[in-house]
Amino acid sequence: MWRAELRHLFRRTVVRVQLVVLFLVPVLLAVAVKLAGGPADGQGPSFLDEVSHNGVFAALAGLTVCIPFFLPLTVAVVAGDSIAGEASLGTLRYLLTRPSGRARLLAVKALAVVVYSVAAALAVALGGLAAGAALFPVGPVLGLSGTSFSLADGIGRTLLAAVVVGLSLLGLAAVGMFVSTLIGSPVGAMVITAGTVVAALVVDSVPQLAFAHPWLFSHDWLAFGDLLRSPVTWGGIGRDLLLQVGYVAVFGAAAWARFTTRDVLA
Amino acid sequence: MVTEGLTKRFGELAAVDGVDLSVPAGAVFGFLGPNGSGKTTTIRMLLGLISPTAGSWSLLGREMPAAAEVALPRVGALVEGPAFYPWLSGRDNLARFDAAGPDGQRASRAARIEAALARVGLTAAAAKRYRAYSLGMRQRLGLACALLRPRELLILDEPTNGMDPQGTREIRNLIRDLASDGTTIFLSSHLLSEIEQICTHAAVMSQGHLLAQGTLAELRAAGEARVRVGVDDPSRAGEILARLGLCDVHVAPAEGVVSARLDAGGPADAARCCRELVEGGVEVSSLATVRPSLEELFVALTGEGFDVAR
Repeated sequence: MWRAELRHLFRRTVVRVQLVVLFLVPVLLAVAVKLAGGPADGQGPSFLDEVSHNGVFAALAGLTVCIPFFLPLTVAVVAGDSIAGEASLGTLRYLLTRPSGRARLLAVKALAVVVYSVAAALAVALGGLAAGAALFPVGPVLGLSGTSFSLADGIGRTLLAAVVVGLSLLGLAAVGMFVSTLIGSPVGAMVITAGTVVAALVVDSVPQLAFAHPWLFSHDWLAFGDLLRSPVTWGGIGRDLLLQVGYVAVFGAAAWARFTTRDVLA
Repeated sequence: MVTEGLTKRFGELAAVDGVDLSVPAGAVFGFLGPNGSGKTTTIRMLLGLISPTAGSWSLLGREMPAAAEVALPRVGALVEGPAFYPWLSGRDNLARFDAAGPDGQRASRAARIEAALARVGLTAAAAKRYRAYSLGMRQRLGLACALLRPRELLILDEPTNGMDPQGTREIRNLIRDLASDGTTIFLSSHLLSEIEQICTHAAVMSQGHLLAQGTLAELRAAGEARVRVGVDDPSRAGEILARLGLCDVHVAPAEGVVSARLDAGGPADAARCCRELVEGGVEVSSLATVRPSLEELFVALTGEGFDVAR
């Protein structure tokens, strides 16, 4: 059943378009740097100033640019649509009388959202690697703490960074799925979920609300950069992933409680 | 399939109130009722889509909703119209639903899908996207989905909705075939002629209450029979029937017809009426015992009004 669900998800035009657009973002960055020249060292989004020296950084710059809004937006679309989309089509009643089992259906949907999240982040990384390799020299990667890694190691770390980024979106995905079990309109669920991202980013930017910052699912989204240190500092990434686990537990349980008991009238 | 005191309240409103249905195995059971009478709510409860406020029910002899995982795979359902993914073809839609639960063996999937499509006459349009289907084709695909695996019970909510006359006929034949294979069929409809043609049993709902249920013969017997006589002298015939003690004598001089209620165990049966009329010097040209049609019964039970009751 999970295989059928994944096939079903990745067949959808909207999902494919999202992945293509995500792939193109770092390509666009790389082309812009190629045409206009990179920013002065230390200026602009992280890693962008490195792109002209080493194409691998196009992937990391792409992740940095996409993580605050673009990636979360696409995850909000997929997670918000997960249950509410089936409800609005009416297909939910046929899945449930099939019977898919409510808990099983929710689990399969959740798994599909996880796979999508990681795939979306990987699309950005792969787009960056492809464009970077095509437009700029690639070579050993100079890490953030001054040591350099071999090219293979650098690419490996970049892909690992993408996976970390994908996983760090799961707190948001859990919120999105919970919202999706609450309301019948997929667009409404997507908008509310995307709204929580904006709210989190706003709260995160207000110093007076510092007490809340460590609890925001978006707070450590940029921690993936720590993978380019030698040795890797796992503090930020660990904190981030632990927080995502917490969000998944709380909102996953809420979604389960709601979905397994609600009346399906659509 | 049996329900006991099945009740669903939405706030104050009891959409379904204490319904005790009993659908015997092998029956073709017509579930009748005006719009808004609680038919679909009942069907949703039967399938476990909504949970009843009170009451219990069982499917195929299994207590629900506990046995949903074992009972539902043997039940095919069409609830409140078909629903599919518009961007997938008919065939891909069936594959999606087949893969979404137990008993959907992958090895036999393609063959079962083709068989189901052929059974509802949709093979030619199987590769078309669902978006491009007409209402009747959608309805057929819904039926195909319910027939993907061998079923012991089919719950069909308005299965011929939106179909052309040929389609309606084919579906009727399909239902007869399935019933003759021993499948129990629970069919909601407001097309009374349809129910009358294919059902063995029926139940009538109104405003959340179950008004009557039983075999069609039992339901018809519950309605009053009338004797209807064609005569040369209706007014004289009317007097004779009234003298016999029959109630509700109706004389229609223009048509040359008298009719009267024939109560079981009443003062006279049709043969006695005939004899008395002839002995009374009235020429009898035709004589029939008329039972009310299902439609007349239905209207008698649920009222005449055109407006939805609530």
